[in-house]
Parts: sequence; C-alpha cells; structure tokens
Amino acid sequence: MLTKEQIAKRIAKEVENGQYINLGIGIPTLVANYIPAHLEIVLQSENGLLGIGPFPKESAVDPDLINAGKQTITLLPDSALFDSAQSFAMIRGGHVHLTILGAMEVSEHGDIANWKIPGKMVKGMGGAMDLVASAKNIIVAMQHCSKDGQSKLLPECALPLTGIRCVKKIVTDLAVLEIAPEGGFILKERAPNVSIEEIKSKTAGKLIILGEVPEMQFN
Amino acid sequence: MINKTVKNAEEAVKDIQDGATLMMGGFGLSGIPENCIADLLKRKIQNLTIVSNNAGVDDFGIGLFLKERMVKKMISSYVGENDEFERQLLSGELDVELVPQGTLAERIRAGGAGIPAFFTPAGVGTEVAEGKEIREFDGKSYLLEHALHADFALVKAWKGDTAGNLIFKGTARNFNPLMATAGKITIAEVEELVPAGSLDPNAIHTPGIYVQRIFQGDSYEKRIEQRTVSV
Repeated sequence: MLTKEQIAKRIAKEVENGQYINLGIGIPTLVANYIPAHLEIVLQSENGLLGIGPFPKESAVDPDLINAGKQTITLLPDSALFDSAQSFAMIRGGHVHLTILGAMEVSEHGDIANWKIPGKMVKGMGGAMDLVASAKNIIVAMQHCSKDGQSKLLPECALPLTGIRCVKKIVTDLAVLEIAPEGGFILKERAPNVSIEEIKSKTAGKLIILGEVPEMQFN
Repeated sequence: MINKTVKNAEEAVKDIQDGATLMMGGFGLSGIPENCIADLLKRKIQNLTIVSNNAGVDDFGIGLFLKERMVKKMISSYVGENDEFERQLLSGELDVELVPQGTLAERIRAGGAGIPAFFTPAGVGTEVAEGKEIREFDGKSYLLEHALHADFALVKAWKGDTAGNLIFKGTARNFNPLMATAGKITIAEVEELVPAGSLDPNAIHTPGIYVQRIFQGDSYEKRIEQRTVSV
C-alpha cells in the first residue's frame, strides 16, 4: 500500500498546465511537492492568496503570511493578495480548476463527509463546503480504510455530509477510483503489488471493474 | 477632513456593553484586533455574540474570551485550533453556529452592502441546509442565506489614516475589509496611523466611509500557530 507521499505523488499526475488549484490540509498539501517543475500552475489559499510560495527560512518567518492550515509561508514574485469575500467569489464562481481534499467517507454517488464526527469531533467545515459545491474537478486523497479497518468507500456516507454528488476521483493507499455517473467506484488503477481482491474486500460500496486494472505508475 | 482618531483601545471600545454582537477580524491568529481584545477582556463583558471565522487558540485571541465565559454565541466556520471551544461546543455550554467559510464571508459582505439575502450552493444536501429555503437556478440547487450585521466590528489593519482609510498586509487581510463594512460602528486598530492625505488613493483597500473610530495600536504579539520553516 502507498505512503501519504506516494498518494500525493500519484495525485500530482492529475495536475494540468495552467490550472488554479486549491489544496486542503493533510495529504493534499503534500501534492505541491510533486507537481512537475515544467507545469505552470497557481495555488490558491482560501484565506486570501494566489501563488503560495515555499515555507520560509527561519529568519524570514512572517506572521502575516500563512496558508489555510495556518502554517507560515512565503509569497511568490507573482502572488496576489485579496480578502475572504474575494477568495470565495473565486471559489464559488468556478474559477478554481482543481480542488484536492481529504475525506473521512466517500459514497458511491460521490458524496463526501470530512468535517464532523457527531459527539466526538466538531471542528467546523471551514471552506470545504464551498469548495466541493463549486469546483470543476474534485479529487479526494485518503486512506482506503479507517484506523479500525472499516472501509471508507461506502454505498452511503454515515457521517454528516460536506457535499453531495461532487467527488470525481479518489486516490487511496490502495487504488485510483472514479465515480461512475450511474453510481459506483470504477477501479482505474491498483497500487503496486495490491490485488483486485484486496481492494474488493476493502470497498463497501459498489466496485466496478472494467477489464484489466493496471498498476499505478510513478515516473 | 473628518478625523476619526481615538486615543487607544480603551477609548475605542468603552461603549461596548453586555449582550453586544461583535464582528472580529482575523483568520486563525493572523489579523486579529489584539488591542481591542485585550481591553474587552479586562472589562469582562458578558453574553457576547461573536462573529469570527475562528476562535483563536486556548490562550490567545478570542480563546481568552471563552476561558472567561464572556461569550454566549459564536458564529464561525472553523474552531479546530481551540480545545476549550470544542469542549464547550460538545457540552452545550456554548451556542455555536457553524457556517461555511464562503457563506460567512458573503453574509458579512452582504450585510455591509445592503443585500438582505442571497443564494449559494455551499451546504446543499448537508445539515447546513436544514430549515432553509432551497431554490433551483439553471438546474442547480442553492440555499437562501441571510446577511449578518453587528453592533461593532473590530478590525485590524496594517496602515490607516485619520479619515479611516485602511490598507492591509499579507494574509492578515482576510475578513477585516468585509467586517469593516458590516458593523454599525467599526473600530479599526492599525500598526501605523498617518494623517489623512498621506496614503495613495490607489492603494486603499477599505475606504474610510466604513470606519467610525481608528487608533494606532501597540505591542502586537502576532503569535504564530504553526511555525513552519524550510531547511
């Protein structure tokens, strides 16, 4: 099965030249490290920044420059700064081409749950609901199963939803899957040395297999 | 030129009473009105309703209000950095309205802009949609959301002039410009206060029409939540 870095590396292959991209906290932020250098893309930070630079050197830490995860960052020469209403106008208005975020559960219809565990964890949804309701393309990065071995790819989400019928593609530590228009997880790729049987046994929702399922490539 | 200068935070917030609705700028701890927070904390005002994207951390920012039980209700989008907040939320001690961040921003913007309500796709099909009108436009569903207003908006800017014009810096901008428009009384604390006429009109982010009181703050801690560096 894949490490978090490998999941991020595989998702980076989905990025296209010229895209404006929003990366959620967790595994999605790692995707930035693997986007091929020759691709021209711009990262959008929901708190009001286009063009997120690398983490600063110790001497250049600036408390007025943070990303959506509240980590200190730097600007790029061609960055742009704006307020929160502008930021979400950009997001809601469909100007962000690609959104990559984590999930607790995804349903076979593309519903996503990633913000609340009733009675246990209620941190809030932040910008997630706006992002999933508006982005042109939504890719989820997540573990195939929870820590106690339960499948996170379900017929229906049990946890409170973040959005409905919005996820297009999922990359887990075991597989790359796409949501079928009629419902179901289409198995597109297997992680190296992971069998279809294992993926089937760990996918509670409907798994659709169309012919050969190749292994993921990482070049 | 109209002069909106007040001496300090104490003078700026002195008429904020128990039960007030306050908007407070900031994303995490970036761009929070530190001086006004410190003064309100001293006075231990009660039963506040606070509109703020986040709730600070346990021992800084709005987190300090929560510790002192000054807050009746929070309207926020994310409270994950504050364990005390999450605890008060889960136990029912604190009334919390969790609002999607974009909806929160737009409700505040609408409040200042005279738009009573608007439709947004964020939250359709989720518990955020409960009790709200849903309407379809061009085959897509949207929720009706209402504007937010506040008795006072407490905003933090980088530079301001005595006419209340404001310039923000970096990602400390975030909710401040929107909240500046939506408070009945907007109080701006700035790192550098200059005479009206000193700022380039092209550079102004928030025109002074929205600001009623301005002062130069001091001793900004600008605490960092996640100090992240490259080697």
